Amino acid sequence: METSAQKANQFDLSVPQLEQMSKKLRRYVINMIATARSGHPGGSLSAADIVTALYFKILKHDPRNPQWEERDRFILSKGHAAPILYAALAECGYFPVEELSTLRKLGSRLQGHTDRTFTPGVEMSAGSLGMGLSCAIGFALAAMLDNHKYRTYVLLGDGECDEGQVWEAALSAFQFKLDNLVAIVDYNQIQLSGKTQNIMCLAPFAKKWQAFGWHTIEIDGHDFDQIISALQETRAMKGKPSMIVAHTIKGKGVSFMENNVAFHGKPPSPEETDKALKELE
Amino acid sequence: MFQQMQPGSHTATVSLRETYGKALVALGKQDKNIVVLDADLSPSTMTCFFAQEFPDRFFDCGLAEQNMISIAAGLAACGKTVFASTFAVFAACRCFDQVRICLSQTGLNVKVVATHGGITVGEDGMSHQAIEDLSLYCALPGFTVIVPADARETAEAVKAAASTRGPFYIRLSRIKSPIIYPEGYAFTVGKAITLREGKDVAILATGIMVFKALEAAEALAGHGINCRVLDVHTIKPLDEETVVKAAAETGAIVVAEEHLAQGGLGSRVAQVLARTKPVPVEFINLGDRYALSGQAEELLREYSLTAMDIERAAKIVAKRK
Ligand SMILES: Cc1ncc(C[n+]2csc(CCOP(=O)(O)OP(=O)(O)O)c2C)c(N)n1
Repeated sequence: METSAQKANQFDLSVPQLEQMSKKLRRYVINMIATARSGHPGGSLSAADIVTALYFKILKHDPRNPQWEERDRFILSKGHAAPILYAALAECGYFPVEELSTLRKLGSRLQGHTDRTFTPGVEMSAGSLGMGLSCAIGFALAAMLDNHKYRTYVLLGDGECDEGQVWEAALSAFQFKLDNLVAIVDYNQIQLSGKTQNIMCLAPFAKKWQAFGWHTIEIDGHDFDQIISALQETRAMKGKPSMIVAHTIKGKGVSFMENNVAFHGKPPSPEETDKALKELE
Repeated sequence: MFQQMQPGSHTATVSLRETYGKALVALGKQDKNIVVLDADLSPSTMTCFFAQEFPDRFFDCGLAEQNMISIAAGLAACGKTVFASTFAVFAACRCFDQVRICLSQTGLNVKVVATHGGITVGEDGMSHQAIEDLSLYCALPGFTVIVPADARETAEAVKAAASTRGPFYIRLSRIKSPIIYPEGYAFTVGKAITLREGKDVAILATGIMVFKALEAAEALAGHGINCRVLDVHTIKPLDEETVVKAAAETGAIVVAEEHLAQGGLGSRVAQVLARTKPVPVEFINLGDRYALSGQAEELLREYSLTAMDIERAAKIVAKRK
């Protein structure tokens, strides 16, 4: 299939286009969560620019052929941010955009947390935090065994890094020399019940990954130039995995959600929804 | 059917773990898609044979069972047939959430083959004795749960798991087991094997208890009680048809397993019979307790998991008819 033989991302948006796209995806997120009357806006919005850059600039993928063997893999380890992934997948064409309004409803393919058995384009099920990096290692090992060129990307939350399994995975990705693996941490410094520094201090975070042997890059996770150049930089890395620590703002793009713990897992009211959508025009 | 099977005439004991290790190598030769993971226990689980033969397709995940299970899922999502091994206690208890989310909820093609199941682990004591693993794995939708009774059944179960899609849990013992089956016998996942016909009592056993059930049946024959003996190697999905037939035709059941009272073969059999064919049932199991350190045979005696215990239970249940 010609479309599958592509060498690069088929959307290949420019930075201004990416900025427009991420706004659009944020609007979907607000609408989906408001319609479902449940979901996690804060961590979906903080990850919006990273996910947009991946799907519309970096990943080799083909929405018409979700099982294409050579596609790059993306795993959303922080599965509660499912709305931003669903928005990106729908906008890419994996399923109709209209389906987004079925989020979390009985019978929908869009489950509350990502589920690989229901949703085209979703590579791995998640919801219990801390597992996605290990799953990504499995994908990366499979690529190595089969001499596939695809790369595996995985997005984690910073609070998620409280889980011991993340550090088991950190050890083994280094051990297995997985230079085809890129982990990104949505470093918004807020978890479910408060600031990460008060609940479980992660600092010095980038240094920890360096000490685990990872090629580590720190960026502003809302600056497309930085996101793209960091992701491209990882392609040159040989013999070790890459970690991008993306400094982000939880709730980014909606003033009253920004840095607001309350919007970790709370839907906006109808008035808040209107206000949020206006801000995202 | 193995009606002529006489315990005592097949007393050679063979290691299930070693059989597993060799079966993996044979599978690895046939199928390049097979990948094996371990968690720093390969000399004990015997995945070391595979590691030596196919170093590129073997990954030691270190002492990190949670990581191992999720890595297995990732590999399986890319089309690999993955075998992941560790001790049964760790396979069941240390990474249950990973097994639940990454294997059960996805239905991915991962075979968790756990060794050192049950109390016959022995001297290492209760921390190392998996007595709740069957209950935990049977609780997971989509899992097939198998406890082989001897080395030949182990080889057959491992082969069957490799060629059947979906998640499997296979529990093996540390100790060697007497050979029950002839080479090349017919093994089908989910189909209990009638090892001995009988109309007075049916003994349903799994794992190491199968041979003991045969011994008990032999002794009971001397007392005029004819026992049917079923090897229920697949605990989930349970062969309901054969179980119900045994209940209908004998009217009395003994269930024997090296496991807690709750959630294993006994619970599952009782549930089926309660619904379809209620008959008296006696249970041979560990009850609701942990066992202590000791030699395997000593422990089996201490916790009433011997052929004599099965014999006693059969006499009791026969009277309850
Ligand atoms: C194993 C596990 N424990 C607890 C939870 C409940 N939970 C959901 S989100 C969350 C906080 C996650 O924080 P972080 O990773 O920083 O995500 P983000 O702020 O990016 O949304 C918690 C505790 C969970 N989903 N999984």
